[in-house]
Amino acid sequence: MHMPLSDTLGLNLLAANQHQAEHNREHFEAWNLLCLNVMSSPGAGKTSLLERTITALAPQLEMAVLEGDMTTQLDAQRLEAVGVPVVPITTGRACHLDAAMVSGGLRQLQARLNPADLDLLWVENVGNLVCPAEFEVGEHLKVALLSVTEGEDKPLKYPVMFREADCVLITKVDLLPYLSIDVSRIEAHIHAVNPEAVVFQLSASSGAGLDAWHQWLLATTRERSCRAELAEVG
Amino acid sequence: MHEVDMTKCLLLSMEEWKRGQEPQTPVVTAVHLQVGAFTCVEPEALRFTFAAAVQGSWLDGSTLEIESVPLRARCLACSSAYNPDPERAYRSPCCDRPMEEIVSGRELRIRSVDYSLPHQISDPAAVPPR
Repeated sequence: MHMPLSDTLGLNLLAANQHQAEHNREHFEAWNLLCLNVMSSPGAGKTSLLERTITALAPQLEMAVLEGDMTTQLDAQRLEAVGVPVVPITTGRACHLDAAMVSGGLRQLQARLNPADLDLLWVENVGNLVCPAEFEVGEHLKVALLSVTEGEDKPLKYPVMFREADCVLITKVDLLPYLSIDVSRIEAHIHAVNPEAVVFQLSASSGAGLDAWHQWLLATTRERSCRAELAEVG
Repeated sequence: MHEVDMTKCLLLSMEEWKRGQEPQTPVVTAVHLQVGAFTCVEPEALRFTFAAAVQGSWLDGSTLEIESVPLRARCLACSSAYNPDPERAYRSPCCDRPMEEIVSGRELRIRSVDYSLPHQISDPAAVPPR
C-alpha cells in the first residue's frame, strides 16, 4: 500500500553546506583563531590588499591564507611571497568556495602547521559578487571589497553580498581623482542595504586608509580571542 | 551557474533527510522549496538543474515545486512593512530609512517533501511521525 505522506522539513536548502560550515567553525573556535571570508568581484583588489595587510600586521598577528582560485595558483604564489603560509584551493568550475572545500584546505594547512598557533585565518574567495554570499564556509565575519572603478550602483545591483557583509572595504580610492564617482554615494548605497556594515575607504596602492582597517582588524581579532577566553573561564 | 551547486547542496540535504527515514526507502514525488527574492537563486535555473541532476538517482521522477517569497522589510521608524525597491535603494517609502529588518525574502528552504513508502504495512504505528 502506498500512502502519500508529507514531511514538513523547514530545512535550509543549503543545510548540508551549513553543517560543514558549523563543523569548520568549531575547529576555528578550538584553535582560538578569527576566520575572515574575503569576497569581491574579480579584480577589486583582494590579493593586493592582503599583500599589504599581511605585511603590515605580520609583527602582531600569526596568519595563514586559504586561497580560492578557479584555475590558477597565481594569487597563492603572490601571497606566499609576502611570507605567509598559503593553501591554494582550486575550485575548477565552481565560482565560489564552499564549506567542504575549506575543510579540505584546513586539512592541508594542518599538515604544514599547528592552526592553534594562528590568530587570523584569511579565506580569499573566488572573485564573484553573487554566490559566495550564500555559501558560508564557517567564517566569523564576511569582508566584501568594492573598488571605486566598479561604479556607485553595485551595492544595489548585488545587494545580497553587501547585506551579508559585516565589513565593506571601498578600494582603489587613489583613483578617485580620475573618475566621475562620488564615493559618498557608494557608501550611502552600502548603508541603504546594510545599515550595520562597517565601511572603510582605502587604497592598497597608495596606502591611504589602511591604518584604520588594520586597527579594526587588530581590535576584532583581540575581541574574539578575549570573548573565547571569558567563555572558557565561565 | 551556481544553481548547479545549489542543486548539489539540495540533493545532499535530501540525502540527510533520507538517512533519517532508514530502514525505509521513501519514494519522493515532490520537493517543495521556498526561495526568497533576496537570494542569489534563480528559480527557473534551479528547476532546470534539478531535473537534470535527479535523472537516474533515487529522486528520479520527483518534481521540484518552488514557492517564490517576495522581499519584505520593516521600517524601524514606524513599524510598517514595505516592499524594498532597488530604484529607491531599498529604503522605506514611509520614513526613508535604510533596509534594517528583513521580514521575508532570504528563504532558501526545503519546506516539505511528498513521498510514499513502498511495502508499507497498513499498521498506523508503522507510519513515521509527521
